[in-house]
Amino acid sequence: MFPEALEFHVSGSINNLVEWMLHTFRGFFDWVAEAILGMLMFLNDALSILPWWAYLLIVCILAWLTTRRVATTVTLTLLPLIIGIFGLWELAINTLAIILAAAFISILVGIPLGVLIAESPIAAGFIRPLLDLMQTMPSFVYLIPAVIFFGLGYVPAVFATIIYSLPPIIRLTDLGLNQVSEDVIEAALSCGATRWQLLREVQLPLAVPSILAGINQTTMMALAMVVVAAMIGGGGLGYEVLRAINRIDVGSGFEAGISVVILAIIIDRLTQGLAKRWEPPTVNNS
Amino acid sequence: MEKAIEVSRLWKIFGRDVDHIELNQETISQLEESDEYIAAVCDMSFSVNKGEVFVVMGLSGSGKSTLIRCLLRLIEPTAGSIRINGYDVCGLDQEELTKFRRQQVAMVFQHYGLLPHRTVLENVGFGLKLQGVPEKERLDLSHAWIERVGLQGFENYYPDQLSGGMQQRVGIARALACDPPVLLMDEPFSGLDPLIRREMQEQLCRLQHGMQKTIFFVTHDLEEGMRLGDRMAVMRGGRFVQIGTPEEIIANPADDYVASFVQDKRNASQEVELCSLKH
Ligand SMILES: Nc1ncnc2c1ncn2[C@@H]1O[C@H](COP(=O)(O)OP(=O)(O)O)[C@@H](O)[C@H]1O
Ligand SMILES: [Mg+2]
Repeated sequence: MFPEALEFHVSGSINNLVEWMLHTFRGFFDWVAEAILGMLMFLNDALSILPWWAYLLIVCILAWLTTRRVATTVTLTLLPLIIGIFGLWELAINTLAIILAAAFISILVGIPLGVLIAESPIAAGFIRPLLDLMQTMPSFVYLIPAVIFFGLGYVPAVFATIIYSLPPIIRLTDLGLNQVSEDVIEAALSCGATRWQLLREVQLPLAVPSILAGINQTTMMALAMVVVAAMIGGGGLGYEVLRAINRIDVGSGFEAGISVVILAIIIDRLTQGLAKRWEPPTVNNS
Repeated sequence: MEKAIEVSRLWKIFGRDVDHIELNQETISQLEESDEYIAAVCDMSFSVNKGEVFVVMGLSGSGKSTLIRCLLRLIEPTAGSIRINGYDVCGLDQEELTKFRRQQVAMVFQHYGLLPHRTVLENVGFGLKLQGVPEKERLDLSHAWIERVGLQGFENYYPDQLSGGMQQRVGIARALACDPPVLLMDEPFSGLDPLIRREMQEQLCRLQHGMQKTIFFVTHDLEEGMRLGDRMAVMRGGRFVQIGTPEEIIANPADDYVASFVQDKRNASQEVELCSLKH
């Protein structure tokens, strides 16, 4: 046994720190919670207005626009039917709302952060190690601060999902900006580009494929987390999975699991197709 | 004669923390001994006349690219002074430097440096766009230059859809569209097939005939240098070993290095003579 005399607990101080933060930044946390909840409710209402077939139509159009393949389009369009047949349509819409809310906020925060670390070595020195740390932590860990700051319910679920899905978009924005060839940057500078013009006219447009790949990954991470976040009140398909586990109900678990996978496939295909569309033509005579 | 470019005691040293080095006899000899530092441009002083084509020739690694980039501070010189059209280039702050690059100089690169996500038309107008030239005027100028370099019909192509020679025409049109008095060219034709290269050289000559720009032209090809240059400088190890007209350099190479360059040329012209004798 480890000698008891050597034990030293930091849990007390950490609890105090959290207590202090909650007290001091109460206004801020309330504001964040309200913003997240407002956005989620709006998305959920908006998504619920659409009838089920409208989703098939939207998926069909997007799939055709981004992939231009008949087989892919037909498959992607028919897949959501399965969710409906299993009776999980409404839960899937709830899950979709959380994913969209979280991914949207991640992208909104992540792209500027990616630009920041690409431009400033000092910021990169702080943020890159943090991102490494974040990506090595198991997803459950993110539930802890979420619960501490926001209790149980939708808001902490979205919050945990945002934190978990943030690293890829930051990294891939940074990567995309750094990958822009030195030749092109030099040429733009020689034409008299300011730093801002260089970013806006050259680096960001050329980083778009990488940024879109980041959006794809961030959305997929959000989907993965949303299932876990059901443990703290995220609801949706994740809750269905959780309930099936608790009851050892293999059948329901299978139905909910398949529905999550279908959601994942559709989101993945559509966002990936978007990234491919972006590349400028390279072959002779387009 | 009026000078367009005046360079005096220019140094560029690559290595860590080089910006804080005070250059004097002692530190220079230290630099030469250490492996940590590379002096790519060593104490260069020269001037280029207005309206002249000044060719810098040297083997790869002799510091040509570094020198030409120092002239518009794409690479920060370590020490020395550069005057271009009355601008003290090294003394400009960021804002003035941007303005200087927009109005006084333009550069053409060996690897073209075109924007892959922009069409030929947009690439040619890129410099004008950065300056905030109104769209109508920008399009007119871009179309005019596309025509002058012989790219009409390709306005909506993307760079990767064009051959190397055509891409470089875009690069030249982009540089000239801003109408700068000084044109810097870093081995612009080195990546091209000999036939295309010849064609591009002739086109540049024709363009220059109507413009009378000051052209600072870097190459490793003696023939190209002789064809284009009013004056030529041979560079080695960060210094000019000889400056003169192409004829002077051929006739009186200053040292073995220059002579070895010139030797090939002599052999080549002898061969040409032999061929013409046979026929
Ligand atoms: N960014 C750099 N860092 C360190 N050394 C460099 C750098 N750029 C060029 N050099 C060195 O400076 C010398 C001159 O290079 P360069 O100007 O590219 O020659 P050239 O254009 O004549 O081939 C070479 O020895 C090269 O290795
Ligand atoms: Mg070079």
